Amino acid sequence: MFEEVATTEQGDLVINVGPQHPSTHGVLHLIITLRGETIMKIEPHLGYIHRSIEKMCEGLTYRQFVYVTSKMDYLSSHINNHGCVLCVEKGLQLEVTPRAQVIRVLMDELTRIASHCLWWGALGMDVGALTPFFHAFREREMINVIMEETCGTRLTMNYMVPGGVMADLHSNFQKRVKQFIKDFKPKLIEYDDLLTNNSIFIERMKGVGILSKDDAVSYGCTGPTARGSGVSCDIRKWYPYEIYDKLNFEEVLETEGDSYSRYMVRVREFRQSLSILEQLIDNIPEGDFQTKTKAVLKLPKGEFYSKVETARGEFGVYIVAEGATNPYRIKFRSPGFSNLSALDHIARGQKIADMIAIMGSLDFVIPDIDR
Amino acid sequence: MFLKEYFKTIFGTVKSLLTGMRRTGYYFTHGKEIITQEYPNEYPVLADRFRGEVVMIHDEKNEHRCTGCSACEISCPNGTIKIISKFETGPDGKKKKAIDKFVYHLELCTFCNLCIEACPTSAIKMDQAFEHSVFDRSRLTKVLNKPGSKIMEGVE
Ligand code: SF4
Ligand code: SF4
Repeated sequence: MFEEVATTEQGDLVINVGPQHPSTHGVLHLIITLRGETIMKIEPHLGYIHRSIEKMCEGLTYRQFVYVTSKMDYLSSHINNHGCVLCVEKGLQLEVTPRAQVIRVLMDELTRIASHCLWWGALGMDVGALTPFFHAFREREMINVIMEETCGTRLTMNYMVPGGVMADLHSNFQKRVKQFIKDFKPKLIEYDDLLTNNSIFIERMKGVGILSKDDAVSYGCTGPTARGSGVSCDIRKWYPYEIYDKLNFEEVLETEGDSYSRYMVRVREFRQSLSILEQLIDNIPEGDFQTKTKAVLKLPKGEFYSKVETARGEFGVYIVAEGATNPYRIKFRSPGFSNLSALDHIARGQKIADMIAIMGSLDFVIPDIDR
Repeated sequence: MFLKEYFKTIFGTVKSLLTGMRRTGYYFTHGKEIITQEYPNEYPVLADRFRGEVVMIHDEKNEHRCTGCSACEISCPNGTIKIISKFETGPDGKKKKAIDKFVYHLELCTFCNLCIEACPTSAIKMDQAFEHSVFDRSRLTKVLNKPGSKIMEGVE
């Protein structure tokens, strides 16, 4: 009986990875068909943590729905909130003060570093190196302390509000960020020593899970996943929001398309984000941190779309407004979902042990895929 | 040729491993740089903005600033706050709306700070308490206005 259930007609073995497997970074359920050790097919099964966030947002006001989006991609919660407030501001035609814009960008880049830190540590652990995890969390903790001081929470911030940010920067903020920049730079060399230049790690990542440029485009991959295949898709460069067009940073591109390229994109993005922080931290303009808005926000009838670059790719918010205090319909375009759709294509023909490295290099946050 | 490559790979691997091990060894011998916090022996210092739970500000005369306007209740995304108001007869004989119970369901709260932003009289704030585990969930439902408290003079 067991034999019949676990194999296909061709004698291929069908196994389940997840939903409670540590290497799937959450409750992702993959049904993998194996011939020997080779992957024939991967079917991702979603729905284990579906919370119907889009439907939930339709019942909330324009101030309240921003908060819920921190619970999607919880590692880029600032950036998710940012996308939402940008969309609401577009509808209200609100101008945001220069100070608020700079604060938002600073927070976004800190979030990106924190998110990449966690990914870096977790990837190391996936491929069997335990030490990086602790190193990455040490640096992430420094960012969490900065966030905690200014925003009040460590993970799901709800710091951005339509019209600006919720509170002014804490008086320690500049000091702490400068300290972080100073401390983090030598740590990047440490990261390279521990993982990037480690031959065992390179062996496991190079040439594994190749995603060609065309496939990356046709699967709708965005973010570091697509940039690892040489697709230039950074929203901060292509459709600059806030002050990104005035900043001096480069879009990181790698051409190989394998797991190691995706790894290198993120590791190099550490330095780009750091350079953005350096450019801004001494140039925070004075002024209000919030534009005065009405207590009850009403978007005019119409459709609004805005997109931001999260640590994982393009995050889009689409609001259909009917002139009421809550949206008529909301749609989120989350990067993880499209990136996951490429997994089956990438992993076919690879060995089962490489699947974990491929998944790690795609950097999934499951609540983001499964809203 | 093959042998040369073979040994080059071996030495390269050993070298990269040693580089990594040097980092590990550094932290092994520099125990002071390890940042483990030994909670609960070592109590964390929390930021003053840390969102632990919602509390109502009372002064030493047991007076608060809450008028019972329900702005916080409306702004809460998940129905954490229930304002139960009553009508009080003021000293001038007029009936006035006042707060009877400010019911706060801590188990529902997501610490989004929206209620605090919404309050027109700054009657509530976030507290730094974070140890919320209890044996019985009914203890998570709290009444925030202290017994016998009343509204401050002059707060409308
Ligand atoms: S912090 Fe947010 S969830 Fe909690 S009571 Fe206030 S508005 Fe409601
Ligand atoms: S706490 Fe503030 S917002 Fe809530 S009922 Fe009292 S006065 Fe109104």
